[in-house]
Amino acid sequence: MTVAVPRSLDEAFAALAAEPDAHLLMGGTDLMVEVNYGHRRPTAVVSLDRVPELRGWERSADGRSVLVRSGLTYTEMEIGELAESFPALAQAARTVGGPQIRNAGTLGGNLGTASPAGDTLPVLAALDATVVLGAAGGAQRELPWDEFIVGVKRTAREPHEIILGARLPVRRGPQEFLKVGTRNAMVIAVASVALVVDLDAATVAVGLGSVGPAPLRAREAERWIAERLAFDPLGISSDGDPETLAEEFGRMVAGASRPIDDHRSSAVYRRHAVSVCARRALLRALSPQVVGT
Amino acid sequence: MSEYCAYTLRVNGRDREVSDGWLGESLLWVLRERLDLPGAKNACEQGECGSCSVLVDGSLVCACLVLAASAVGRDIVTVEGIAGAIDGSDAVLSDVQEAFLTEGAVQCGFCTPGLIMAVHDLLDRVPLPTDLEVREAISGNLCRCTGYGRIMEAVWTTVRLRQVGGQAR
Ligand SMILES: Cc1cc2nc3c(=O)[nH]c(=O)nc-3n(C[C@H](O)[C@H](O)[C@H](O)COP(=O)(O)OP(=O)(O)OC[C@H]3O[C@@H](n4cnc5c(N)ncnc54)[C@H](O)[C@@H]3O)c2cc1C
Ligand code: FES
Ligand code: FES
Repeated sequence: MTVAVPRSLDEAFAALAAEPDAHLLMGGTDLMVEVNYGHRRPTAVVSLDRVPELRGWERSADGRSVLVRSGLTYTEMEIGELAESFPALAQAARTVGGPQIRNAGTLGGNLGTASPAGDTLPVLAALDATVVLGAAGGAQRELPWDEFIVGVKRTAREPHEIILGARLPVRRGPQEFLKVGTRNAMVIAVASVALVVDLDAATVAVGLGSVGPAPLRAREAERWIAERLAFDPLGISSDGDPETLAEEFGRMVAGASRPIDDHRSSAVYRRHAVSVCARRALLRALSPQVVGT
Repeated sequence: MSEYCAYTLRVNGRDREVSDGWLGESLLWVLRERLDLPGAKNACEQGECGSCSVLVDGSLVCACLVLAASAVGRDIVTVEGIAGAIDGSDAVLSDVQEAFLTEGAVQCGFCTPGLIMAVHDLLDRVPLPTDLEVREAISGNLCRCTGYGRIMEAVWTTVRLRQVGGQAR
């Protein structure tokens, strides 16, 4: 077995070229569990956690999007300007594992694993994010999230590629992330809902996690609710009773889920959880709040 | 590198040679089985119990989820480093450790090393935490004996003593 610890992106691609079957390693919170339990016995590992080009995040020159690099940890997503720009991402990060897991686990690892329960994924879906893949020599390609995640724990990444990060369009308006799980410090989601309001486009986007092989969007419910809301520069409001509206919205969002029965939960409960989370997310988004940029 | 090979880790301020290890070993395994540092405990090997918590470059992580060979060049601190008990010399307990003893926050003691690391990590960053901050900070550490009440007391005792004494130990 070999372990490479490259200190630059070029070195990382060189290490990957030398060991084409190598497992990429970021925070290890998914991969090491498999290694410890003997589910995987890698012959080569390329550790990416000290590649400076994969750390941090960057706002685009026009300010309309942010490139979140693959080595960004959950702890880093929870704070500062990034959390202000993407509250749903910050809220999702805050629900991941305990502090030890959030200090190590990364966006790149969540994307690389592409578990149906990956908590950043419904947020990326609701934001219409793209995933940026890099290859040796500076080659890059960028895929919409739903072309990157192609099934349960399956992605469109080619073996010679490294996930550089995800590009998140900046949306002005309330954002919420809610999830149902068992224990706080290891809450693999039973169901999760990300809600993103775009005040400028007068749209609402809903991403669902753990209720399908990959994250889902609730497009019909999104259109339905957008027609029933008033969008003004400071927030959203509704004419009728918010509770009634949110109740129906929850039902419609749940209708978009495709849950299964498994060891964590039943399909019936998951669908119910989605409706409750969606209802609460909308009610929170409707309550007056300060809207950042 | 071959299947079995030697590398050096910096643990509690010292360079420690790891030889004869399989390169896929976790830092927890290497600390306990190869470097004679059994302070970090092994319960789940999947990041759920926190009993293996250590600091890597100042960041609190589960040693069971760190690939040891990928931690070369990093600064690793274990509970032995906190107590100043490197190489089995007489331990000088830290204020957090003292508080765990005086408040009765230790029963079987299995969770204690991990909790000591988590509490040090919190109080070194946030000297005056809120109740919620303390609960969140130890949410990744499971204790099956105490019910957490006395652990919370130990945290508050440390906070109080640091306030009057001014200094962390
Ligand atoms: C106790 C516990 C609780 C958890 N709770 C949650 C939770 O609440 N929500 C949640 O979503 N997840 C949770 N997880 C799972 C895990 O923490 C996340 O999926 C995390 O984002 C993985 O990131 P990592 O950096 O640790 O990944 P790693 O384990 O390092 O890598 C994961 C996979 O991604 C690949 N990969 C990593 N980086 C790249 C890259 N740059 N390019 C290409 N491939 C890459 C790796 O090859 C590997 O296959 C939990 C895990 C544990 C142990
Ligand atoms: S042994 Fe590492 S978290 Fe349980
Ligand atoms: S004292 Fe026994 S597990 Fe905490």
